Amino acid sequence: MASKKRARNEIFAQGNDAVVEGALLAGCTFFAGYPITPSTEIAEGMAARLPLVPEGVFIQMEDEIASLGAAIGASLAGRKAMTATSGPGFSLMQEHIGYACMVEAPVVIVNVMRGGPSTGLPTSPAQGDVQQARWGTHGDHPIIVLSASNVQECLEMTVVAFNFAEKYRTPVILLLDEVTAHTRERLTVPESGALEIFNRVTPSMPPEWFVPYEDGLRGVPPMPAIGSGYRYHVTGLTHDKNGFPTSRPEEIQALILRLFRKIDQFFYDIQITEGYALEDAEVAVVAYGSVARSARLAVDLARQQGARAGLLHLKTLFPFPRPAVEEVLRRCHTVVVPEMNMGQISREVKRVNAGPAKVRTVNRIDGQIITPQEILKPLVRG
Amino acid sequence: MATVTERIHEYLRHNKKFPHVLCPGCGHGIVLGSMIRSVHALGLSKDDVVLVAGIGCSGRVAVYVDFNTVHTCHGRALTVATGIKLANPRLKVLTVMGDGDALAIGGNHFIHAVRRNIGVTALVLNNSIYGMTGGQVSPTSPCGTTTTTTPLGQLERPFDVVELGLACGAGYVARATSMHALLLDRLLQEALSRPGFCLVEVISPCPTQYGRKNGFKTAVEMYRWCKERAVQRDRWDTLSKERQAESFPIGVFRDATQAGFEERYYAACAAAQEKRPCPPGK
Repeated sequence: MASKKRARNEIFAQGNDAVVEGALLAGCTFFAGYPITPSTEIAEGMAARLPLVPEGVFIQMEDEIASLGAAIGASLAGRKAMTATSGPGFSLMQEHIGYACMVEAPVVIVNVMRGGPSTGLPTSPAQGDVQQARWGTHGDHPIIVLSASNVQECLEMTVVAFNFAEKYRTPVILLLDEVTAHTRERLTVPESGALEIFNRVTPSMPPEWFVPYEDGLRGVPPMPAIGSGYRYHVTGLTHDKNGFPTSRPEEIQALILRLFRKIDQFFYDIQITEGYALEDAEVAVVAYGSVARSARLAVDLARQQGARAGLLHLKTLFPFPRPAVEEVLRRCHTVVVPEMNMGQISREVKRVNAGPAKVRTVNRIDGQIITPQEILKPLVRG
Repeated sequence: MATVTERIHEYLRHNKKFPHVLCPGCGHGIVLGSMIRSVHALGLSKDDVVLVAGIGCSGRVAVYVDFNTVHTCHGRALTVATGIKLANPRLKVLTVMGDGDALAIGGNHFIHAVRRNIGVTALVLNNSIYGMTGGQVSPTSPCGTTTTTTPLGQLERPFDVVELGLACGAGYVARATSMHALLLDRLLQEALSRPGFCLVEVISPCPTQYGRKNGFKTAVEMYRWCKERAVQRDRWDTLSKERQAESFPIGVFRDATQAGFEERYYAACAAAQEKRPCPPGK
């Protein structure tokens, strides 16, 4: 994360408020959304703030499909755009997440996870949408999925989400859970300009030389705003480098491989994890979201009881931060993965586990948070 | 003819490989021609025109024309168009949708875009059939229509695009057919120069998927049927109930536009900013 020079102001805020602050700091000027618990405060905050930002647009659409559609439209027209929702709305957005991947529209989608399936538990936390965030839209596609565990991180990761979206021309999903979104605590809002902000690269060549989806070293073509004189065709159909639909095998392959490559080759920029007491750890927790906070306390308690415990806190969930997890798996005899689902990130941890380490899961799906004591048990027993 | 060639070179994409996907006898090409003539007549810059299309045969017309073109997901053209128009109100945003696109899968977006009065010109190319998928029933297929999914004939009642637009409060509502190219030119020019949501329905026959299954032997026969049944609105009003039932009115049904949502939104923001100025990003 970029340097925070000095606190502009400290406020008492919930995670959803922090997302609003982060989005505005990142330069977001367009929000389209639809009310849904427990993410509604993000829409409300944007509705109050954006009209006061130069050219800021807030609109409440008729549903979540339309919300992401409008955000993508605004992104194509040059805006930094976002939407926020929760489980049922996230399901509706899947179609347009795929569209954003295909047309390479930078857009940020916040999903405050609540209990599911279906209407589920609107006011209770869960982490059941992790694999949906990765694979929810149809077709093979790369995606960036981030998470946040406390109010300050909500702000920071929202800024990171915008930066990644702009840098890699991709939708970025920020997964919060109801606890992170609704917990109120101290939030330091950095001064405008204190954070590193990335803006999409726009074409510098004359319009007649512009090839909309030309491959380059970065694999991320420059993106002109609609109306800036670079007329091109945007389509959800598999397209050639000019943006026109194609069914030629070599052109199809070139497009899909580039979409993957533009994310994969910058893996080390995208992978964000935080280690805690891992230096001499023999047993470790891999956690994300609000569960990472319980895990941190569990690690402290385990150390008090003599267990050499550590925590790997995942802030990037996808692309899965394999090297960091593999290192923990190599060094520890047991890795505990606590999650408010039946085991979604633990699947990934087990998938990359090539050694003798045991992967233990702690799962809760009753709408309650995972307590430090629940994580402590497998840590001290090993 | 020379001017037609000039228009073709000016407005169609040279780097897009023809032939196009439309069938012989399809009405959509006539609508595309009318769109080009209207944009030209109004003197709009190609850079300022955004053509947002949905999915289906109508959705494919966008790729051929040298505007800013966006081919969206099925039924979602108006959502993306709303985002574009709000992000940059200076742009002339047109959407091209089919009947299934606009009124079945996109029906919710359609009624809300009309209600919201976003400054978008919406063309609904109505051929009463899902053409691209091979001739399934659409929400505008008349009762009794034979399609691959209604082998016993359509039993549901169809939508009337114009009536729906009027009921939702559209400021400009008009209808033409692809047999009335001059009328269509006039309607499109009017729609493109009005503020707020403007709706133009074009009855655009589909001889391949609709005609063949419903007793039209040739495209010409279908066009003749269409031309005979389309009656200018003022004359249609004087017809008897029986005559009305076997024909449909064309022309302008409402021309009472108001400032679009985007204008009202930015005006409200400007007023709020005057009261409470706020530094950027805060």
